[in-house]
Order: sequence, then C-alpha cells, then structure tokens
Amino acid sequence: MTTDILATLVPAFPLFGAIVAASLRRSLKGNAAGILATLMIGLSFACSVVLFMDHQVVGALHAAGMHQEVPPEGGTHIVKLFDWIHVGSMDVPFAFQIDALSLTMMLIVTGIGSLIHLYSIGYMHDDERVATFFSQLNLFTFAMLLLVMGANYVMTFIGWEGVGLCSYLLIGFWYKTPAYNYAARKAFVMNRIGDLGFVLGLAWLFSVMGTLNYTEVMARAGSLSTETITGITLLLFVGAIGKSAQLPLFTWLPDAMAGPTPVSALIHAATMVTAGIFLIVRSSALFMFAPITQDVILWVGLITSLLTASIGVFQNDIKKVLAYSTVSQLGLMFVALGLGAYSAAMFHVTTHAFFKALLFLGAGSVIHALGGEQDIRKMGGLKGVTKVTYVTFLIGTLAIAGIPGFSGFFSKDAILMAAYQEHPLLYAATLGVSLLTVFYMFRLLFLTFFGTYRGKAHPHESPLVMTLPLMVLAVLSVVGGALNLPHLIGGHETMKHYLGTAADGISGEHLHLEASTEWILMGITVALIVLMIALAYNRFVKKTTLDPEADKLPFFQRLIARKWLLDELYAKLFERPYAWFSAHFESIGERKVMVPLMVGTGSTANRVGKLLRRLQSGNMSFYLFSMVVGLIALLAWTLYHV
Amino acid sequence: MNDVVTAIQAVPMEHYVVLSMILFSIGMAGVLFRRNTIIILMCLELMFNSVNLLLTAFSAHHSDPGGQVFVFFIMLVAAAEVTVGLAILVMMKRNVDSVDINQLSRLKG
Amino acid sequence: MQYLFYLFAAISIISALFVVGARSPVNSVIALIVCFLSLAGHYILLNAQFLAMVQIIVYTGAIMVLFLFVIMLLNLNKAIEPRKSLVTRVAAVSAGGLFLLTVLGAIKDGIGLAKPENYDLGVGLVKSVGNSLFTTFLVPFELSSVLFLSAIIGAVMLGRKETTTKPMVKSGDEFAGLNQAEHVR
Repeated sequence: MTTDILATLVPAFPLFGAIVAASLRRSLKGNAAGILATLMIGLSFACSVVLFMDHQVVGALHAAGMHQEVPPEGGTHIVKLFDWIHVGSMDVPFAFQIDALSLTMMLIVTGIGSLIHLYSIGYMHDDERVATFFSQLNLFTFAMLLLVMGANYVMTFIGWEGVGLCSYLLIGFWYKTPAYNYAARKAFVMNRIGDLGFVLGLAWLFSVMGTLNYTEVMARAGSLSTETITGITLLLFVGAIGKSAQLPLFTWLPDAMAGPTPVSALIHAATMVTAGIFLIVRSSALFMFAPITQDVILWVGLITSLLTASIGVFQNDIKKVLAYSTVSQLGLMFVALGLGAYSAAMFHVTTHAFFKALLFLGAGSVIHALGGEQDIRKMGGLKGVTKVTYVTFLIGTLAIAGIPGFSGFFSKDAILMAAYQEHPLLYAATLGVSLLTVFYMFRLLFLTFFGTYRGKAHPHESPLVMTLPLMVLAVLSVVGGALNLPHLIGGHETMKHYLGTAADGISGEHLHLEASTEWILMGITVALIVLMIALAYNRFVKKTTLDPEADKLPFFQRLIARKWLLDELYAKLFERPYAWFSAHFESIGERKVMVPLMVGTGSTANRVGKLLRRLQSGNMSFYLFSMVVGLIALLAWTLYHV
Repeated sequence: MNDVVTAIQAVPMEHYVVLSMILFSIGMAGVLFRRNTIIILMCLELMFNSVNLLLTAFSAHHSDPGGQVFVFFIMLVAAAEVTVGLAILVMMKRNVDSVDINQLSRLKG
Repeated sequence: MQYLFYLFAAISIISALFVVGARSPVNSVIALIVCFLSLAGHYILLNAQFLAMVQIIVYTGAIMVLFLFVIMLLNLNKAIEPRKSLVTRVAAVSAGGLFLLTVLGAIKDGIGLAKPENYDLGVGLVKSVGNSLFTTFLVPFELSSVLFLSAIIGAVMLGRKETTTKPMVKSGDEFAGLNQAEHVR
C-alpha cells in the first residue's frame, strides 16, 4: 500500500512543481522557483530511496549475495493508477512498474536531477525567465520518470514524447537567438524520426501480441517468429537511435549545446539520451531472440562512437567536446547492448551519468567563472583560480578516461571484456575509442586549466550552490564503481544480479574469459591510457598547441574538424529537396488550389447570400406573389402527383 | 318535399366549384394587382366569400349542417380580421402618409 | 332554377371584376356590396336561409360600412395610385389564371351527387344551424367571443393617436427620408 503511494508521489512531486512554477512564474522572485523545484525533486529522490530500500527487503540484494535466483514476481510490483485505454481488446492501464531496472533509473534521474536543480539555482540566478526554466526542468523530470516507471510501452512512450518536448523547450530556452531555435527544432525533428520507428514497432508488437504491458510481453517473447521479432526490435532500435543520438541521427546533440549548461548536463548527458538504452534493456527479452538486430546495434554503436570520438578531438568549444564525448560513450553502451551485455550497458549508463553530469556542470562553472566564454582557446590557467571546479573536473576526466579505481574504469572495462569475448578486433576498436576519449578529454582539461590564461575576463570561483553538486558528483564518480565490481577483483557484481531480476536478457549474459586473460587485457588498457595521457600532456601542457582554424588544417584533419561534413550531407540529401518540395507545394498547391478553394467557398457563400437577399425585398406585393406561386406549385403537385 | 331537393340538385356541384374558383382567382389577381391597401383588403374579403359559397354548396348538397356552421365561423373571423386590418391601415396612413403597399418596405433584407 | 343561378353568377363575376378594376376605392366598395348581395342570392338558392341573412347583415351591413367609414375618414378617395409595371400585371393575371386551371383540373373527373335518401330538409334553416351551433360547436362559439374581444382591444390600441411625438426612426437612419412625409401634412 505504501509502495503504491510512494510510487505515485515520485512523479507527482515534479509535476506539481512544474505546474506551480509555471502558473506563478511572474510572481516568483529570486530563488523561490529554484528552491521549490529542487525541493520537489529532492522529495522525489527521498521517495525513490525509500522504495529502493523497501525493494531490497523483498530480497533482491540478499539473493544476489547468495547467488540465488529471485522469482520474477517477487521483484516486480505494478502500481495501477487507473484504467486508461480500454477499447475492444486493447487494454492499456496507466500503471507504474517498480522493479530493479526502474528503481535504478529513478534513483539516477531524481538523484542527479536534484543535484542539477540545486546547481541551476546558482547558474540561472540572473536570468529573467528563471521560473519558466525550473518549471520546464521539473516537467522534464516528470516525463522522464513516466518513461522509466511505465508498466507498458505506451506509458514509456508518453514519457518519451514528453522528454522530447522538454528537450525542445529547454534547448531553445534563450529563444531570442534564432540559431538556438534552429538547434531546438533540429533536435525535435530528429527525435521525431526516431519516434516514428518506435510507434511502428509498437503497432507491430501490439498486432502480434495483443498487449503492450511489459510483464506480458516479456513472458511471451519466445512465442514470436524470428522475422517478426527482428522487425519489431529493429523498429524499436530506430526509436532508440533518435533519442540516444546514434548514427545517423546524432547531429542534433552537439547543436543542443545551445541550451543552458544544466540542461545539457541533465538531459543530454545523464537522462534523456539514456532512454534509448533503457528501452532496449527493458525489452531485453525481445532482443535476446533477435541476433540480427543485435548485430545492427553493435555496428551502429561502434561506428558512431569512433566517428564522434574523432570529431571531439578537433572541437574548440568546451561543451561541444563534451557533447561529442557523450555520443561516443552512448555508442559504447550500444556496443555493449549489441553484444548482449545488458548489465554492462546499464552500469555504464549509471557511471556515465555521474561523471558526465559532473563534467558538464564543471564546464558550466568554468563558463560562469569567465562570464560566458566557451572557447577553450581563450581559457587556460584556471586551476589556480577555480580550485574546486578544477579538482572535480579532474576527477571527472579521470573517471571517463578509465583510470583504475574510478567508476568509469569498471564500467568501461566490462564493455571491453565483452567486446574481446566476441572478437579481438572488436576489442581493439573499442579500445581505440577509449584512447581517443582519453586524448580529447585530457586535451580539454589541459587547455582549460593548465598553462596561462589566454582570455580577457576576470575569472572567479563559483558559489557554493554550484560547487556543492560538483563535489557530490565527484565523490560518486569515484565510488560508483563499487556498484558492480567484477568477480575478478573479488566483487559480487551486485548490479548485474540486481538488474537481473528485472531484465531477462541479463540471464544470458556471461563473461567466460579466463582470469589471466582478463588481467592481461586490463593491463594493456591501463598502459595505453597512461601513454595517451602522457602524449596529451606533452602536446597541450608543455607546448600548449592550439589548433588553427579549420581551413588551415591538412585535408584529413579538416574533414574531421568539419564533423565529417555530415550536417552538409544531410542538408543536401534531405533539407534541400524538402525545401524545394515545400516551396513548390506552396506556390502551386497552396496558392492556386487551396487558397482559391477556401476563399472561394466563402465568397460563393457570400454571393449566394446576396442573391437570396433579394427575396427579402420588403415589397409586400412580391411576398404575396411568391405566396401565390408557392401555393399553386403545392396544389399542382398534390393534385397531380399520383 | 322532393322539389326542394331536386331544385337544389338541379345545379350540379361542378358549377359551384367553377364559380367559386373564378371568384377566388379574381380576388387573388386583385391582391397581386392593386397597390392600394384598402382594395387589397377588399379582394381578400372576396376570396373569403368565394370559399364561403363553396362550403355552403357542399353542405347543401350533402345535407351536412357542419359546412354552414363553418361558414358562420368564417364570417366571424373575417369580421374580426377586417377590424384589425383597418386599424393597421389607419396606423399606416398616419405614419407614412400613404396607403400604397409598397411604401412598407422597411423589412428589406 | 338554373337560370337564376346563372344570373346570380354573372352578377357576382362582373361585380368582382369591377372591384379589382375600379379606379376609385369607393367604386370598389360599391361593387363589392353588389357582389355580396348576389352571393346572398346564391345562398337562398341553396336553401341556406340563415347564412343569406347573416351575409347581408354582417358583411354588407357592417363590414362594408366599416370600409366606407375608413375611406371617408382617411380621405382615401382621392388617392392616386401609380400603376404597376406591365410585367407585374401580366404575372398577377397569369397567377390567378393558373390557380384556376389547377383547381379546375382537380375536378375533371367530376364530383358525385349526394344520395337524396337521408336528405334532411331542415339544413340551412335557422333552427338547424342554431341547434348545431349551441350543441356540437359550442366551444368555438364561446371562444369566438374572446376572439372578438381581442380584436376590439387590438383595433383600439392600434388606432390610438400617439400623444407623445416619438419619431418612428432614429435620425441618421437611411429610411429617414420617408418620415419627411410625416411633416408635410
């Protein structure tokens, strides 16, 4: 009973906050909106924690520690709020599903969300529309919670659409600049393309299964034919591509950096972009039976991560580097999914949420310190000035690089191991991505914080309200690895077992490498990472090499610096024909057909009215005459009609 | 007294219908024809009377008193209607100073 | 007997034509009175004695006199009536003619004669009409008194002269020109 109340409260708090902040947006002064919003998310987080502890008592962790199997009923709790759609055979209740997977995501969303809300109080302090900002941020959290807590695909889809909408609203928050609006629109349109795939997949799934509730779908997943399952899972993956920014629908994410930094941290690092991965893990029972789809996922993820990692090396905007890094890391997560390593992917989602949010918030702190400067070529030497920011950013960078001991190391290692198990070349490729990551992240760190200051502003440290979340996230980035320590080091792989109660796919996840192989691979990885750091140090600290403008680079580097000309390709392939079509449709279809039709209808009605008006001449004789005529007609018809 | 019956039925019914309708048509043509409101009202009376004649003829031929009673009521109503109609006419004369029926065209649409 | 019928019919029709065609309203009234009298003759031919008397008393005696009164009071005899256009006149006559033809066509198959077996000779006499009126048709009879009351009240109300001179239209109205006739008495 309390579970139901708590489960309902978790999304209810942010919704309440969103509505209140939006309605009172003109009267909320100062930090009031921010405090309200943060409080709401904090309460949500508290409820999630209570639910989590409660859930543990059911026995999931205990069983994991005992390596026992937990009966699926014991791990899943459905909270039905009301019967929503009940048409014929289609029954879609408005229900939440509380199990290990959703609880994990709830904790991430509300936990990191509350930290980012707290940070935003300081960051958005002197913006004139700050109440709207917090309202939209709360609304986003609400939608995201619906997404992860939904008990059926339709609930998830509501949240899916909701986060897409809030992403659009928040990216284009400073709407007075037209370029930001284009970025927001681009994000929304690309999301929409993915959504189309999602909906088609849902429709197909419903048509073959007759239900969209997770528990039922997963239980009957084996009963579908391979072609059906491959088709459905491919369509669901298309949805994930749109939401989680993979090839070919990833170009919106770097542009989305037009939004305020807390938005980038929350939406485009920690939560929304992981929705695609969440979806696939949630449907892992389906994906288990579709090896072709898994191969597709693997290749898409791999190519995306390589491509974007290479682009990240040449970016000069602090947020863009982090954006490309996000896409690259998401690619790695998809690689893990493609290999069937679902828990490794979720583990990386969690640790990535910690350190990527940290990095973004740190970047925001730097931007705030420099009064709005985002070009790293104009930064430098900040480590003496913004000490807390520097230390936390360093921790974040170490985590993402995969230095042993930090959380990123364990999660990335899990993925690399799974890759090696599949094929050594795959391991080499993912290792390559990791090394590129190390390179550009340390480039970022060094150029921003080391050396001498190359800009013109007066840098100062950010207030506590901004640095406190940084510190918390830094701690999490360090200890987060403890969530899923591999057996190799003596851990219990707690997260894997915990999530195994929720996602069937994890049961098929086995890592059967020899211990020695694992140690060797780990050693190689660490050695190469350290080598990369040294290279970066040499290039960027000893010499402070700033890349020249894109035009002056040699050909290959220029291509990469120009983001592999993908935006231009899309413009030529899609935007130009579409614009041509639109223009022609407007000039012919609209102007020559539709407008005359509509205006013509009105004017015809007008003319008919004018014509009929002549009947009302006010002339008595005419009235009498028409009466007589009518009478004659009526009589004739009656009398002669047989 | 079959003479009365024979006398009455000497004139066939169709004759009465024809006569009545002729009077009605003349009255109707007059209503459409004339512009003087008084004349129009008089032509209306003519139409009433033609109908009365027809009703009486039917009543006499079918020996049904209802027809004649109905005619009586028609006369009553016609009297009332003439009263009010002439009152309106007086008012019309007072306001637009003319009894031309085309002067009352303010209800133009 | 039939000759009487034709005579009366001829008088009716000719006087009706006079009503419609006369130039002066008083002439129309006189013609209409002649028409009514001929119709009273018709009623007598049909043995509808009560109706004939009522026709003379009420119609010619009261209603026509009322018409004459109004014409005299409002001085309508001098009203000069502009002629309607030719089209209208032709249309009016055609309408009348069409109507006639329509109805006549309806009786082209003839109307049957009533059977004289159950013929009640008393129909048309005052006694018989009075009997029906006070038994079968009592309610309409009583209601007609209410009708008359309302007609009287209506006539009085409508005929009253306005003591306060309220203009019929507001100034600035496009029909204001009509009101000028009001001032040019």
